[in-house]
Order: sequence, then C-alpha cells, then structure tokens
Amino acid sequence: MEGTLSIAADPGSRLRGSRCADCEVAVYPADPVCPRCGGQAEQVALSGRGTLWTWTVQRYAPKSPPYAVPAAGFEPFTVGYVELPEGVRVLAVLDIRPEDAEIGMPLTLTVGDGVPRAVGARA
Amino acid sequence: MSVEEVLVCGAGITSFARTEDDGRQLAVRAVRSALADAGLPWSRVRAAYGGSDAAGNADTLVSELGLTGVPFINVGNGCATGGSALVSAVGAIRSGAADIALAVGFDKHPRGAFDPRPADWGLDESYGRDGLMVTTQFFAMKIQRYMHDYGISARTLALVAEKAYANGVRNPHAWRRKPVDADEILASGMVNDPLTRYMFCSPGQGAVALILCSRAVADELEGTPVALRAAVVRTRRFGSFEVFSPWAPPGTPTSVSADAARLAFEEAGLGPGDIDVCQLQDTESGAEVMHMAECGFSEHGEQERLIPSGATAIGGALPVNTDGGCIANGEPIGASGLRQVHEIVQQLRGRAGERQVPGEPRTGFTHVYGAPGVSACTVLTR
Repeated sequence: MEGTLSIAADPGSRLRGSRCADCEVAVYPADPVCPRCGGQAEQVALSGRGTLWTWTVQRYAPKSPPYAVPAAGFEPFTVGYVELPEGVRVLAVLDIRPEDAEIGMPLTLTVGDGVPRAVGARA
Repeated sequence: MSVEEVLVCGAGITSFARTEDDGRQLAVRAVRSALADAGLPWSRVRAAYGGSDAAGNADTLVSELGLTGVPFINVGNGCATGGSALVSAVGAIRSGAADIALAVGFDKHPRGAFDPRPADWGLDESYGRDGLMVTTQFFAMKIQRYMHDYGISARTLALVAEKAYANGVRNPHAWRRKPVDADEILASGMVNDPLTRYMFCSPGQGAVALILCSRAVADELEGTPVALRAAVVRTRRFGSFEVFSPWAPPGTPTSVSADAARLAFEEAGLGPGDIDVCQLQDTESGAEVMHMAECGFSEHGEQERLIPSGATAIGGALPVNTDGGCIANGEPIGASGLRQVHEIVQQLRGRAGERQVPGEPRTGFTHVYGAPGVSACTVLTR
C-alpha cells in the first residue's frame, strides 16, 4: 500500500510535518488538524538537525510480515525519538552502532522511502 | 443526594497458567466461583458487564450461567476492559438500578508477542515494514528516558521482576511459579535495551469475576465484604507519550495513570499515604517503577532506594503486586484489571494465603494502564 510517507520525495529529503499557527504544536507526519486544539495546521519542512531524546535496540527480528527482513539478513538496529527545534520528537530508525547511542547526542534526520532515519552528526 | 455504597461481596479467579480451556470456559468458572464466594445464586444478579479482547463476547455466557433475562453488557476497551466493566457495575449499584451486579473479564491469547497492524493504528505501512510496530520498543524507550532523568539502575529493574517471580511462587493461580533471581534476569537476553526477556510479561490466559452489591445486600450475607470506594477510568490528555506514536510532543510527558489515580483518591477521600497494599500495571519491570511515582506512591527517582530496600515486597512498607503481577501471571488483556482487584479483595479479607500481607491491611489500590493511553484505578477498604 502506497502511504503518505512513501510519496514523500527522494531518499534523504527533509521531513514534511505540520504546525498549528495558534498553539505552535508541530507534528510528523503532516496532519491538517492540530491534535491539541483541533484548529487548522499548515505544512512545514522540519529541521534536519536534532538531539536524541530516548532510544532502544531491536535485538530480535520483528514478526515478518509486516517486517521486511533486509536482504543481508536481520541485524539488531537502534530506534529512538529525535527532538527537533520545532518542538517535536520524531520516531526514527537510527543508523548508528547500538553502543554509540546516548541521550542528547546530535543527529541528522532525513526521510526517504520509509520511516524517518537518523545518522550521527558531530556538533 | 445520597450515593449508594458499593461493596465487593464475591471474588472468583481461575488459574492463569496455560491450559486447553477456552476463554469462555474460564469465564464461566470464574463467575460460578465468585457467586459461590458471595453465597448468591446467579438469579439474584440484576446487571452484568464484561468482556475480553480476543476470547469472545461476555453476554453469551448466559447460555451456561442461566437464561434469567439479566441485562448483560459487553465491554470492549482494550487493556481497560476489566476496569471499564467494573466502573459500569459500580454505576449500576450507586444509581440504585441494581442491588447485585457482576463484572467479569477473561481472555486467551496465542503464544508470542501481540501482533498489531499499522493500519489499525492509523500508521503508514512503512512502520511495519521497517520494524517499528513492536510494543516492547515503546516500553523500553519510556523507561530508558526515565532512568536517565531519575537515576534508576538496570539492577532495580531486575529486582522488580525478581519480586514478581517470588510472589508468584506463593500464589497458587499464578502462571510463573519458579523463583528467578536478579542476576539471572539481567542475563536472560536483551529484548529491547534496557529490558531483558525475564523483565516482560507474556500474553496468556485467565478469567476473573467480581460480584458487587449494595450495603443492604451485604448486611444479609455471611462473608466479609470489601468497600469499593472509587473506580475510575480515564483516557490520555495531550502531551502523553504512548505506544506506536510516530511523533511525541516536547516537555515532560503527561500521564493518564497520574490523572486516573488522582481522581480515584479524590473519590475515595484517601491519599497514597493511606494505602496498605497495591497492584500497579507491570507490563514489564520499568512500568512498575514508573507507575509507583505516577500514581503518587513515591517521588520520581525514590524507587532506586525503595525497591532494593524491600519496601515493595510482601512485608515491606508498601507491598506492590503481591500476586506476582503481570510478570508472574501473564497478560490476558480482558482479565488483568480485575485480577488486580481480586488480589486486593483477598488481601483485605485476610485470605491471601502464603502471600498475605502481615498486619491486617485495611486499604488497597489498583492501577491498570494500556494502549492507546487508558488507565483504570480503584481504591478499596475493609
């Protein structure tokens, strides 16, 4: 199924979220309605730079389907919430080594064909 | 306006161990056991509420229980199914619509992790394809941040599970009845950092039934009734951090558990400091740690001192999950909330056997939490 994420432009592009003009709440993916006040929200391109709010490591292969096991086989991967300056924490797969994960670390967030992904960004 | 007092006069539970029985069979057994405990026939029940997440409709139980014409309302409220059935039964007694009411919760799930579909949660298919539709990731990420903010150690998480298994050993209807120590729990294999395999509960099976009644009915009965002083269900407010969220708002997350607990204490006219024994949702070890503070039983971070000191063990200052909780009993979604209330009822009646809290506890509290941000709390007194 073609979803709202998979029609989002080229791999490595900025995330397209939305923001409510009244209460400044930013969300991802974009939602025409503000989840707090129910007012109209406008689409915005979110910052690509943020910091890690929390994380974990997926140590076992999730149930497949829906999980698509990589061609090279399952390897544990890191996931986390990346906090952006717009005031939103975005769930992403972290393309970092699990042992490097640390709350507060700077990350660069992009989206391509799938969920948002982040890589380490030395500040 | 006078509000009718609500008492629990009968409590029934099945074993939570894996058997060949189906969920409805378990439910019938729990209801019969609760009626026998109360000393009441099914024909006296004037209102019934119940449900399961995956084991059928509660109202069909009338085929086995008896076709008395009783209004029987199905409740389907995810993890809050039992709590919602109980709140409904309380409403029936308080309003005077019924003098005896049943709340029943039951379930039976396949082995292995729950299997959510992205579309059911309003999420793009990519969240499933890329491996993010995994409930345990959420629990891990919530406690990971909490440990960072409040200085909770991995060993404290292990001690929570060690206590759960120790209490399960003393509970004849628990599923997990072997002791497991903290070192073994820490070494049981990482599932989602910082949570290891033995820190989690597993989907399981079981059924619980409670018979509620008015004061007038309780006075006719021979048993020891327990007063249900408050029963509250709440859904989340903006700002909470929940499972399967592609984004979360900034700041310290709001907590539906804190909201439900505060309202339950208000309704009961009691506070956390008045409680002698409690049951807190322990989907995994971290949940019990965080729910201690969210429900008002400790300051954030204080758990790092309280748990290793034995404060939450049977015999401690505030025993938590004396029946082994979800970790030792498994998680039959429809039954868990009422299992907690059953345990408090038995503790307050002094009928909890080998796991009885010493000193004749007089007050108890229960708390259930589940997706997508619902919580049910009760306060009970003897």
